[in-house]
Amino acid sequence: MSSKQPRSLFQKVWDAHVVEPEADDRPAVLYVDLHLVHEVTSPQAFTALAERGVKVRRPDRTFATLDHSTPTLPPNAKGERPYVTPQARDQVATLEKNCREHGIALAGWDSPHRGIVHVIGPELGLTWPGTVVVCGDSHTATHGAFGALAFGIGTSEVGHVLATQCLLQRKPKTIRVTADGSLQPGVSAKDLALTIIAELGIGGGTGCVVEYAGEAIRALDMEGRMTVCNLSIEMGARAGMIAPDETTINWLRGRPRAPQGEAFDSMASQWRALVSDEGAVFDREVRIDASKIQPVATWGTTPDTGIAIGASVPRPGSPSAERARDYMHTQTVLADTPVDVVFIGSCTNGRLPDLRAAAEVMRGRKVKSSVRALVVPGSEAVRQQAEAEGLHDVFLAAGAEWRLPGCSMCIAMNGDLVAPGQLAVSTSNRNFEGRQGPGARTVLASPATAAASAIAGHIADPRPYLGVQ
Amino acid sequence: MTPFTTLTSRTVVLPQENIDTDQIIPARFLTTTSRDGLGKLAFYDWRYDAEGRAHGDTILNRIAPCAHRILVAGRNFGCGSSREHAPWALTDFGFRAVVSTEIADIFTSNALKNGLLPVVVDQQTWNELAARTGENATIDLESCELRFGNHVAKFAVESFARRCLLDGVDTLGWLITHLPAIEDYEKRVAA
Ligand code: SF4
Repeated sequence: MSSKQPRSLFQKVWDAHVVEPEADDRPAVLYVDLHLVHEVTSPQAFTALAERGVKVRRPDRTFATLDHSTPTLPPNAKGERPYVTPQARDQVATLEKNCREHGIALAGWDSPHRGIVHVIGPELGLTWPGTVVVCGDSHTATHGAFGALAFGIGTSEVGHVLATQCLLQRKPKTIRVTADGSLQPGVSAKDLALTIIAELGIGGGTGCVVEYAGEAIRALDMEGRMTVCNLSIEMGARAGMIAPDETTINWLRGRPRAPQGEAFDSMASQWRALVSDEGAVFDREVRIDASKIQPVATWGTTPDTGIAIGASVPRPGSPSAERARDYMHTQTVLADTPVDVVFIGSCTNGRLPDLRAAAEVMRGRKVKSSVRALVVPGSEAVRQQAEAEGLHDVFLAAGAEWRLPGCSMCIAMNGDLVAPGQLAVSTSNRNFEGRQGPGARTVLASPATAAASAIAGHIADPRPYLGVQ
Repeated sequence: MTPFTTLTSRTVVLPQENIDTDQIIPARFLTTTSRDGLGKLAFYDWRYDAEGRAHGDTILNRIAPCAHRILVAGRNFGCGSSREHAPWALTDFGFRAVVSTEIADIFTSNALKNGLLPVVVDQQTWNELAARTGENATIDLESCELRFGNHVAKFAVESFARRCLLDGVDTLGWLITHLPAIEDYEKRVAA
């Protein structure tokens, strides 16, 4: 490959990880630098290894945590955790055992590092620019905020990586989304991401790697960039990436698993070269004007149904849209829709700035008596920092619940769920039918919008609560 | 893996678009540590009421699954989470192929590793096929043809995955044969 050919950020990371190039009859063998593991999508992979008598090849490149099926309520007086079912407890015990047997580091119950896999990877400095990161979880794209090529894999592939540290991959197509202009006050990374998804459609990025660029992306903090990359899969994209810059480098400096001292500085100078070259070619280019974006919430049962909160729900143009409208039965104007539950958390919006944004709205106010509000920090570290800042007091004083870290109501497999028919405004990433419990109706929005909706008792634009306009 | 060459079976049509993996198998069933026996949980919230009683509102409860091995589904089938429990549930239910106009990326990859063939066809072919629910169709992986009535439609399958399906190759075994190259790479790059 000629080094003069302009290359995209994606292409640079891909090229550096090709162990065997792809050919017509076989995919590339691609090297994986970091493999993140959690309890739900790994047990069958460890079983497959055991059946074959194979060991985990690089436990040092593997890191595990407990997040999906873990209870968010504390243990009882006897120290027993309130698992939703014995099966959930077994699943956690299975990962603990697999990690012990294979020498894999686990951020378990007793670790101050435990949390949602896509929150703790960056937080610990495990996620580096220019690396390949995988996890048996579709929101692995989150780590692309650091300029890593990060994507979700299935359980068979989890087994492939455990056994060989490699994957068989065809080179994906690329899209560049450039967000020009600046976000207005009170408009967040979540609103930007939901707008991009609405623009491209739920299948608009299928199989592609999306690079996010432009002034509005550069202006985001790392947590905002993670929110944007996290949601890439909601338009079908394999991965989202943002070129590393000083924001990235400053954020990573001093993290426990990042390089330290001089080693960091020398890595950082390599990371600065991880940008798409002038003239790099993408399969598709999309531009959006970030200055026009309003706070957004979804009206349907797919994440591409975001509209401005004050807007009217569009008239369905297909049987699927009709089914979605009937399932959600929101009011004609989205903002008039009453809310039963508010969930603030998840790997999309469970980080410290997300909680600060929600607290800013809730401070000195009360959650409407008809609303149940749940705030779940994304990790133990987020929980500790939030408590040090007194954010939990703000939530508790407002009448919200403050829980232990985990995926919680995002996926509703630990017992935290929305009752049938109830409408939840959620800072998570999926509003599919039943995602938050059978019959649950989910509206996706930003932390500030979710908090404002908890106070108002209906879907609410957060800006008046933030003193904007 | 069991080889896949040719499949002739009746179809089941689920015309909804964007059938996501939470529909295929709801998250609350993902606490299993096994991959077996998930067929009874396939499309659970479509097939059972709140008390866990099967109802006849969905075609899935009105067919004999093993006689209907071809699922014809609306655009963007399998979007959402990366759970391989989705193809495990579908194959255990009895399906061996999914035909749609668009199939999500991770689902495709997972399905191919489990002997469930994702077949992407154009809208017109899909319309014709969907109009014949319950009739026989043939999926020929050797010639990459979908045949039904007097229709013949070509489809594409990634060449390596196709070879693995036709020959019943185990991809992990194949990848393990590349260990020397992987070790070289590590010496070269991660020194
Ligand atoms: S918070 Fe939700 S989307 Fe994120 S890893 Fe957990 S279940 Fe998946």
